[in-house]
Amino acid sequence: MYQYDEYDQRLVDERVEQFRDQVRRRLSGELSEDEFKPLRLMNGLYLQLHAYMLRVAIPYGTLSSAQMRTLATLARRWDRGYGHFTTRQNIQYNWPKLEDVPDMLAELAKVGMHAIQTSGNCIRNVTADHFAGVARDEIEDPRIWAEIIRQWSTLHPEFSFLPRKFKIAITGSPNDRAAVKVHDIGLRMLRNADGDVGFEVIVGGGQGRTPFIGETIRAFLPKQHLLSYLEAILRVYNQYGRRDNSFKARIKILVNALGAAEFARQVEAEWAHLRDGALTLPAAEVDRIAAQFAPPVLPPVAEPIPAFDMARLTDPAFGRWARTNLFAHKVPGYASVLISLKPVGGVPGDATADQMDALADLADRYSQGEIRVTHGQNLVLPSVGKAHLPDLWQQLTALGLAEANIGLVSDIIACPGLDYCALANARSIPIAQRISQRFADIGRQHDIGELQLKISGCINACGHHHVGHIGILGVDKKGEEFYQITLGGKAEEDAALGKIVGPAFSYDAVVDAVETIVDTYLVERRSGERFIDTYRRTGLAPFRARLYGETIDAAA
Amino acid sequence: MPHRILTANHLRDGGVVFLAADGGWVRSPEAATIAACADDERGLSTIAATAVADQTVVGPYLVDVTVTDGRPVPVRARERIRVSGPTVPADFRADAASA
Amino acid sequence: MPLLERGRLIDDDWTDVADDLPVPARGRLILPLARWLSDHAPGPQPGRSLGVRLPGDRPTEVDRLVGRFDGLDLIAIRFAGFRDGRGFSMARLLRERHGFAGILRAEGPLLPDQLRFLQRCGFDAVALPEVARLADWQRFLREISVVYQPAADAAATVLAYRHGARAVA
Repeated sequence: MYQYDEYDQRLVDERVEQFRDQVRRRLSGELSEDEFKPLRLMNGLYLQLHAYMLRVAIPYGTLSSAQMRTLATLARRWDRGYGHFTTRQNIQYNWPKLEDVPDMLAELAKVGMHAIQTSGNCIRNVTADHFAGVARDEIEDPRIWAEIIRQWSTLHPEFSFLPRKFKIAITGSPNDRAAVKVHDIGLRMLRNADGDVGFEVIVGGGQGRTPFIGETIRAFLPKQHLLSYLEAILRVYNQYGRRDNSFKARIKILVNALGAAEFARQVEAEWAHLRDGALTLPAAEVDRIAAQFAPPVLPPVAEPIPAFDMARLTDPAFGRWARTNLFAHKVPGYASVLISLKPVGGVPGDATADQMDALADLADRYSQGEIRVTHGQNLVLPSVGKAHLPDLWQQLTALGLAEANIGLVSDIIACPGLDYCALANARSIPIAQRISQRFADIGRQHDIGELQLKISGCINACGHHHVGHIGILGVDKKGEEFYQITLGGKAEEDAALGKIVGPAFSYDAVVDAVETIVDTYLVERRSGERFIDTYRRTGLAPFRARLYGETIDAAA
Repeated sequence: MPHRILTANHLRDGGVVFLAADGGWVRSPEAATIAACADDERGLSTIAATAVADQTVVGPYLVDVTVTDGRPVPVRARERIRVSGPTVPADFRADAASA
Repeated sequence: MPLLERGRLIDDDWTDVADDLPVPARGRLILPLARWLSDHAPGPQPGRSLGVRLPGDRPTEVDRLVGRFDGLDLIAIRFAGFRDGRGFSMARLLRERHGFAGILRAEGPLLPDQLRFLQRCGFDAVALPEVARLADWQRFLREISVVYQPAADAAATVLAYRHGARAVA
């Protein structure tokens, strides 16, 4: 894992003291709220529906056990004993007091963490594949490049007042687990015909009010040019992105207005001036950072591993968990373990301070002290010897963290919604809770199979509803909560946007509607078809017919 | 015209507060003073502006309410949730683990 | 209007010349861009310095000015608002790509915490809002000492410290 050197550390320390002084001046009245607001937002501090909310970056989703313990400490000492892991590899605290935030940031800085650029119209926390460095299908560890981007984008003098926020995601595998096609910039590592590793550069994806799948503007970018090329994209966007309407200010609108080819031409013209300049990455720096992401030394263990296979065959509950919650590791005899933060009736992405501490202990014992945060709001122990899996599973079960539902209907992404968020139109969390209760029978969930359900409480789409196999969008109708359902969205390399199935459902009716959709799939599916496959074959028609009967066509 | 109460967030701790009849800020909406006419509302807004200027509260605004048994109940779902807190119990994990 | 130049507060002795008035023979004068670009632009003259003002929300204006730097002592970029960051790119392009070596001045409703970004992008003067507290502005120059990325200023980046000047030359 990357360790801050004296310069990285000095910057976050200075930033904490700067904010401490700003809070002091706010509380004494030297700063008005209008003056203070942009300053607090640049440190991830929002004022939400009920209270302040502090958003802390977990760069590229990698945490050490020490960092996880610090997150637990923050939850326990300055919040209400829990935190919320978000879809962008951040953690949010919902109840901090303004006067405590400088101390919270100081505590984070001790373990090389911060809340810099987790808000504002700047380059946000760079996200990456949560299996980076250990995935069997990986070309190269994307975190090396994510860390390089983190440093370049931190307090960037030219790009701190962009037309709108800017999100970059990076994956090192052909199988995209970072949703790179729905980011402002998505970077996908690949090998060219000569065997060199570089990046496919995808621009202009995004969700929100006007969703787009990103367009490839460069099929292959050699690695040493990464920063100069990013600077070229950002410079074109900073100058020509719309600023007259915040709903049309994201780069996706500019790319769509110009067309991807013309946008690419402008970027290339800008890049012609920048390439081979001061932003060319020196090999010594790439090597320095890469060395810190060196994979843990794991002696390969010959498979099969009897202890693992025996448990799988003799304990159905363990067998189910092993089927959904493990991921192929690059070293034989190991697995990456997905820890579900989606218990039946729970709040997707929430973890208590005690759970965080317990997970830090488990990471030390079983996974070289490393933990990952997924964009699906779950956690990962990246490198666990398969022989230890039955023990680990027992302990996770005792913690309420062994739900065998990764990728299933109750593994729901949900934004905080109207329970916490000042922008929301409707609640998300209770919908997720009721759906997971409706499908509480884990055997039924395994029978239904892979199904991504994503819920947003407003059109800003923090819950990624556009790319859910089933997407649910909360809307406000005359002060009451309603829910619009989309089908067929997908976030991976074959990304697609969901289509609206029909008129919205009330708060009370939406869970029945979801069950009707799932039942329709079970009737329609052919052997081996996942939900998304059936949908792609049948389209909306059978789902509409079951949900609305004859009435919808008559009304349409 | 609808009845209204005035709400804001406490600057120091961020908590939701309401303007009471004595000009103080209270955590319970039941103690909030209810404006029934434009003059009342102007009076509340003036007090709120002072409280913003002296660093007591931030972001004051008026909320439409219906009055039931003398108690103000916000009209919109958003404001009802803001008044009563998240509808998700904070100790949900304990419930789930012990179930 | 007070002027912060290289961290110090000075009097602003530049004055604007309206479109339809003759250009005085002496003084420090800011012309509308169109006038500077016209065929009748005033030439160099002892005792007279000339500048132009660019709107900070029209980045293409930078291109119109390229090749017309002779005799131009100052370019002022007027930001439309503190959220409108286009002027940062305009400044870097003027300095780093087009080699403008005169005074580059930022104007408009800017925030104190933008001062360091302005400096790093090549501005050497900022016209402060009338109500500005100088201490607030100067504070932001001191608080953060680390820079990660090369820009239009001479600040040594983290890379230079880590690997020596040659690695980043």
